[in-house]
Amino acid sequence: MIRTALLVAGKDLRIELRSRVLLWQVVPFGVMALLLSGLALGPANAGHSSAGPGLFYLVVLLVALLMINRSQAVESTPGTRSSVATLGLDPAGVFLGKALALATELWLTGLVLLAGAVLFLHTALHGALVALPSIVVTLAALAAAGTLYGALTAGGGGAATLLPVLALPAFAPLLIAGERSFSAALGGGALWEWWVIIAVALAAYLAIGILLYGVLEES
Amino acid sequence: MANDSPLVVQLRDAVVLAGGFPLLSGVTLELHAGSLTVVTGANGAGKTSLLRLLAGLVALSSGSATVAGVDLGTGDPRLLRRRVGWLGHEGSFYDDLTVRENLVFAARALERPTGEIESVVAHVGLAGRIDTPTKQLSAGQRRRLGLGWLLLRRPQLWLLDEPYASLDDEGRGFFDALLGDVVAGGATVVVSAHDPLRSASLRPRTLHLAGGRIVGDAS
Amino acid sequence: MIKLLSQRLLGPVTLLALAATLWMGLVVTPPDKVQGDLARLVYVHPALAWVALYLSFGTATIASGLYLWKRTRSMVMDRVAHSAMEVSLVFIVLTLITGSIWGRPTWGVWWAWDARLTSTAILGVLALGYLALRRANDDPTLRARRSAVLAILAAINVPIIHFSVQWWKTLHQGATVFTASRTLLIHGSMAWTLLLSFVAFTMLFFWLLRARYRLEVQRERTSGQSLRDALEERRREGAF
Repeated sequence: MIRTALLVAGKDLRIELRSRVLLWQVVPFGVMALLLSGLALGPANAGHSSAGPGLFYLVVLLVALLMINRSQAVESTPGTRSSVATLGLDPAGVFLGKALALATELWLTGLVLLAGAVLFLHTALHGALVALPSIVVTLAALAAAGTLYGALTAGGGGAATLLPVLALPAFAPLLIAGERSFSAALGGGALWEWWVIIAVALAAYLAIGILLYGVLEES
Repeated sequence: MANDSPLVVQLRDAVVLAGGFPLLSGVTLELHAGSLTVVTGANGAGKTSLLRLLAGLVALSSGSATVAGVDLGTGDPRLLRRRVGWLGHEGSFYDDLTVRENLVFAARALERPTGEIESVVAHVGLAGRIDTPTKQLSAGQRRRLGLGWLLLRRPQLWLLDEPYASLDDEGRGFFDALLGDVVAGGATVVVSAHDPLRSASLRPRTLHLAGGRIVGDAS
Repeated sequence: MIKLLSQRLLGPVTLLALAATLWMGLVVTPPDKVQGDLARLVYVHPALAWVALYLSFGTATIASGLYLWKRTRSMVMDRVAHSAMEVSLVFIVLTLITGSIWGRPTWGVWWAWDARLTSTAILGVLALGYLALRRANDDPTLRARRSAVLAILAAINVPIIHFSVQWWKTLHQGATVFTASRTLLIHGSMAWTLLLSFVAFTMLFFWLLRARYRLEVQRERTSGQSLRDALEERRREGAF
């Protein structure tokens, strides 16, 4: 399972490295969304609002949706799904691999957006660094959930529009927990409740993915 | 026909449904090891569906089917998929990866040594393009890569979906020669094509499909 | 015999119980000291929420789990899950509407960022997503598998969403049923009406579930008929 996971993760990341979709499309979109968030706050609030963590996570969610679709799209070029299916890969390993690759991409994008939040929204750098561990784990949970929801919608009618409807309600707790712990870090404290939410979500998505990803692939 | 060799495919009244529409409306068929079969028929006759059923990529709705020793009703589709090789006419690989990377991925997935890759690539005539991204290959070259992927895998049952489409005479000749070798080596090959094979070297069994079932069978 | 009788009687008895709830709730019970007639929503809102969030969501989850379990996998489970989720969505919407009506005079706004209101709304989108996923997949097996997985994911999300929103902010008036049980000491009729409302709406759930399930069976039966025709027609394509 771990071997398959590393193989699939390596393949996905290599494809990303080649196509540079992340660098040229997803990251610029995220940065623009951050700038728009600042503009939406109005001139009086853009520079010194406490909304920084929330906007950071909102933009991360939007970016994650794009990346989830992309993660499924590389499997969906005509014929690829069939020939890869005949490799008989362990579905749990495929799930973990795709989630790991997605998490890596989200971590990289998250770093850029975090720098953007510090730069544009004047989020305190020290607080952002303190919040980093919670951000890393929250994004990992997002990646695990996203891989599942991506597989649920792949190939169906209107996959790109169906994904947000299914995924965003599930992302809501992660947004809340991430934002709260980020804000707590800015305020100089940490709240264990949010770590519980993030950890439970991560564990639940990993467990469901390992158990049920095969059911989704069998089609 | 070598009728004393073991049966690789055994279908009895096999029906495959997609959203209520019968793609296959009752196919009864036996194929022996080391045989070459061409499935012909008009568009929508059920050629690809038959191949997909044999690959374990679509579910059997009624009837019975045993392929490569796996019962399609009760067996493990992953086991079957590891025993068959699929080549679709569209391609079948990750476009952003090079020829070598695609083959390395397949070899690792199947736990095969990667040392054979160079010789396989030379065999299918792609030696000069081993580090070219797959999306830069022509249709004929992609087909050759697909054959390389199958050579590397050495499946029991080769399923080639319209491999002759858009191939020039040289490509056809190359394909015929390679399939001859494969069959002589004991593998079973099923090829779908619009028209009967016009090959000088091969003497295939030709099945004619219409309306999702076999209406003609010529050895 | 008993089964047939209970099938026949479920509908009329449900209607009777609902009518009795209405009569008890509007006529027999006294208005609340603080909230006045508004408090009569207690005979509707909690029972609706019980059906929406526990009974039907729970039924859909269990049926989906049974579908995913290989030994109990059957289209019966898929149909039950689908029917229960549809009923759930209807009741979630009704819960939100009655909650909002109740909240307006109490909170002064139609929508307060109250924990239960917010998480119920998110659950509503979850149920909506489930039905959207079903519409997006035509193949019955694929649809059944995908929606079963989604239902399990939704069920796991219910507590996560609940606690995250709960901790995020709470300004609800506290557990309503306990408030009601305190008034039980003063007005027995209120507690009885509350109990009756739960019974009536639970019966309504089963009635609706059964009706929805039978509709689905009927629909599949007609498509099963046309399947034989489709097979014939498909084979005729091959005749020369």
